[in-house]
Amino acid sequence: MEQDVKLQIFRGDKEGGEMVDYQVPRIPGMVVLDAVHSVQEKQAPDLGVRWNCKAGKCGSCSAEVNGKPKLLCMERMDKYPEDATMSIRPMKTFPVIKDLVCDVSWNYKVNEKIIPFTPKKGERKFYQYEADRVQEFRKCIECFLCQNVCHVLREHELTDAFSGPRFLVRSAGLEMHPLDVADRSEQIVKDQGIGLCNITKCCTEVCPESIAITDNAIIPLKERAVDRYYDPVRLLFRKLFGKKAAKQEA
Amino acid sequence: MTQITINSGSTRLGDTDRKDLWWLPPMSVFLALSTFVVYATFRVFYNAHYVIDTAESAYLLSPLYSPLVIWKDMPSWLSPAILVLWAPGGFRLTCYYYRKAYYRAFALDPAACAVSERKKDYKGETRLLIIQNVHRYFMYFALVFIVILGIDLVHSFIWPEGFGMSVASLVILGNVILLSLYTFSCHSLRHLVGGNIDCYSCVAFGQTRHKAWKGVSKLNKNHMYFAWTSLFMVAFTDLYIWLVSSGVITDIRIF
Amino acid sequence: MDKFTTHQYDVVIIGAGGAGLRAAIEASAQGAKTAIICKSLLGKAHTVMAEGGVAASLGNVDDRDNWQTHFRDTMKGGKYLNQWRMAELHAQESPDRVNELEEWGAVFDRTKKGKILQRNFGGHTYPRLAHVGDRTGLELLRTLQDRGVHAGIDVFMEYTVRKILKEDGTVSGCVAYQRETGQFSVFNAKAVVIATGGTGRCWEVTSNSWEYTADGHALAMWAGADLMDMEFVQFHPTGMMWPPSVKGTLITEGVRGEGGILKNSEGKRFMFDNVPDMFMGDYAETEEEANGWVKAVVAGKIPKERRPPELLTRDVVARAIRREVLAGRGAPHGGVYLDIATRRPAEEIKKKLPSMYHQFKQLADVDITKEPMEVGPTCHYTMGGVKVDPETQESTIPGLFACGEVAAGLHGANRLGGNSLSDLLVFGKRAGEHASKFAAGRSDFPRVNENDVNDLLKESLKPFNESDGENPYAISEDLQKMMQLNVGIVRTESELQFALEEIKKLRVRAATTKVGGNVQFNPGWHLALDLNNMLDISEVVAKAALLRQESRGAHTREDYPNSEDDWGDVNLVVNGRGESVEVEKKPLAKPPAELQELLNK
Repeated sequence: MEQDVKLQIFRGDKEGGEMVDYQVPRIPGMVVLDAVHSVQEKQAPDLGVRWNCKAGKCGSCSAEVNGKPKLLCMERMDKYPEDATMSIRPMKTFPVIKDLVCDVSWNYKVNEKIIPFTPKKGERKFYQYEADRVQEFRKCIECFLCQNVCHVLREHELTDAFSGPRFLVRSAGLEMHPLDVADRSEQIVKDQGIGLCNITKCCTEVCPESIAITDNAIIPLKERAVDRYYDPVRLLFRKLFGKKAAKQEA
Repeated sequence: MTQITINSGSTRLGDTDRKDLWWLPPMSVFLALSTFVVYATFRVFYNAHYVIDTAESAYLLSPLYSPLVIWKDMPSWLSPAILVLWAPGGFRLTCYYYRKAYYRAFALDPAACAVSERKKDYKGETRLLIIQNVHRYFMYFALVFIVILGIDLVHSFIWPEGFGMSVASLVILGNVILLSLYTFSCHSLRHLVGGNIDCYSCVAFGQTRHKAWKGVSKLNKNHMYFAWTSLFMVAFTDLYIWLVSSGVITDIRIF
Repeated sequence: MDKFTTHQYDVVIIGAGGAGLRAAIEASAQGAKTAIICKSLLGKAHTVMAEGGVAASLGNVDDRDNWQTHFRDTMKGGKYLNQWRMAELHAQESPDRVNELEEWGAVFDRTKKGKILQRNFGGHTYPRLAHVGDRTGLELLRTLQDRGVHAGIDVFMEYTVRKILKEDGTVSGCVAYQRETGQFSVFNAKAVVIATGGTGRCWEVTSNSWEYTADGHALAMWAGADLMDMEFVQFHPTGMMWPPSVKGTLITEGVRGEGGILKNSEGKRFMFDNVPDMFMGDYAETEEEANGWVKAVVAGKIPKERRPPELLTRDVVARAIRREVLAGRGAPHGGVYLDIATRRPAEEIKKKLPSMYHQFKQLADVDITKEPMEVGPTCHYTMGGVKVDPETQESTIPGLFACGEVAAGLHGANRLGGNSLSDLLVFGKRAGEHASKFAAGRSDFPRVNENDVNDLLKESLKPFNESDGENPYAISEDLQKMMQLNVGIVRTESELQFALEEIKKLRVRAATTKVGGNVQFNPGWHLALDLNNMLDISEVVAKAALLRQESRGAHTREDYPNSEDDWGDVNLVVNGRGESVEVEKKPLAKPPAELQELLNK
């Protein structure tokens, strides 16, 4: 007979709360979200948790399992030792609404500010090898685990100055889109605060879609920022030959 | 039942719910990098046993001292290594991988994911550290150094009686290969060879540049691996030459 | 507690999936002050689960394709019970809608010539589904979301609508509660668009998320609008079967489109023996021919062979799987085997079906590049829904519109894969356009009857006042199990009668559900309220299924196994205006001669 699953789940709201112990039956192949649902069904119908697709495609059930940011629906129970108690808490970076549900509205506000897709005129032709790079960024399911784990937001709380990995990924997807002609360099440096990222890669570590956030989105954007703002030779070149030359160069 | 508060801002350094050995990777990085820095510093100021330049052997030079810059009235306190090491040193210091490694292991900013830090005035790479953006210039130097080390490598195969090979030649060969892999997997290089293009089918030489970008990208996935192995190899090559030059061991000829 | 806030909008859209967002973008573009109300966070809607692609006769891969063929395929797949005008508009307009998405930044997979790539899918004559690997729905939703956030649309996230308000027979808005706070809001509106998706949570094995509790169907019916075709519920042939935690989770039809085959426990490819008369001659008759088709398609050529029988319409494949399992030739967990591992190299599988690979690897410990998957039917899509005008998407209530899965008519008795995403785009746009026109035609905001609102509030808060009622989860689970057994893929009169009796009993239990805690983000309470929709719509489905004494498309009656001619030209229309739900036969509109000719081909 397999042991019951032992859980500690945060119960509370923005005023504070406590870790509450629960035990639920172990079912083959179960994921952490199943255990939470089981608590909800039998013991605490008012336990707040977000979920939708239960297949790692919608990014709703983000939380922290044993201190690590995870999607509850993709976290197999049998990865964890059977006799240990598992702790499940809401994402730390965002204000708690209730139990495992956080207020992630800040992210939506940041998103609104990003310069939208601006296609070039004429035929929309591009090839798969050009699409590949952008498609990686477009896999993002907006679970906000990267935003949650990023220490610039989580520890230093620089929410006004820094847009977080998710929106650098979005900007990268727009900047590198073969058809897009808008220039987001200034926005990426000044508004999104890319300089605040110290590329410590926690965002990449937690991404459930395995997007290489740091290597493929943030660092290339940093290099583009160097092109624009920090490369002395290029700055001189632009000074000497004017903006037109700079544009051609780009 | 444990009482906790969420998001109070009163977290202390090292606070976390993580139950794994999260401190192990930063600790290992700290020890490994420190060991290298101590060793390299010692070797720089040691200023001896860095080259084997005898009639019986091929010319074997430690990578810490390459290219060898010496002149007649050079003050004895000045190590020739200092004159050249700033370039590969700067390349590594501003490297996107090493930045991650030492921000985590030395600055503890953060020590590990989802682990609390000290509250302090965090500026990321915006103020003083904006200097990190100079990386691509160090990369240009690093490319030159690959050529220079390549020349050293050729020397290591030229023996008094002609072409030959010893364990030292192999060690130097390994060093050059790993340093090349490390340099050619650089993020800045990746950007400059083609990463800066959005629409490859719209620009001149787009296909070629896409291929170049693809190639560097492939290497770039292992940038961290190359960073460590090449670092180890540099130290090992130097140590080997030191030991041979000081007569502790004898370099074995293969043919 | 009887306090509520009031908002005023020209157009209020309920639901932020593909249809709702497309409608909102259009309404806003037409100048209407627009709001979206959605149950989840923006961008989490069930549209993200659509995997295979969006059907549009772009002709990028096979230039023989055109809207006429798409129209014919859709009608044939729907067993000719579709509203012909909707099928026509859909086939004609979907290429424009797909191209428009690309203009808005969507990055579809490409052909060698740099155009949008299209893949084969069940029931579609030519490769027609524009796609992005196996995450097309996410791409579509994100593109619309990114477009929408810059369009000046107000989004009310995590609000659930409980009632459509009417004044003098015309829509005057709706009432919703905010999930986070439990506070009620009145949305006073000149026009309302329902875009709430389907009803799948009424069944136990389903690919649908918690949101799919038949909200829009019920809201429309309670408001007095007609529903139609409610007996047609699509069971997708390939849902995951093991482990229990993921039972029902969708496996894209794209697996079969990419060459995957279905086998029973004896290793036999049983679909060759399951081609219905209607499709005789359209599908490969030998494994050799089927393999030839796959080979040609993979090589990017136009195949001379006919397509494999695994790509028959979903209703046919789902029933064939059920037959194999009932005959004792099933896999250990009650499904059959879907094999792509022996058909394509591992690298290609990972490239073409990345999220399937990921999903099986992570959730079931199955490496689909090495082993077959175990699959079985899962409740997937509701063909029936709000009866709408084909041109405007207006329901039988003036000012109330519906689009997407919640609207009926396009898919008839069975939907083709890929037609749902194009449905969202084509009719989402139309609904948004006509809702804003309707709103523009009203000078003043309609009056809101506060008594209606106060009554609703009182009723909604009842579960907090019950002293010894039941846990809503238990009732919901019993309903789902009951519907799975009695109103599932194959139905009989006695089971349907039994189901109706059971629903009555469940309704009694549901009347006194008790929930603990308070109104703040309380899933138990939310479910207690949703139970009302689920019970009412379950009853509608059972009643319609009981009345249709034949088998057609997704509706299979064991006691009436054949399709009957005299059922072939009637839709079942439901109205819940009186004391009880009435289901009536209504004659089906006949297509004009030139379209009829297309169908006769």
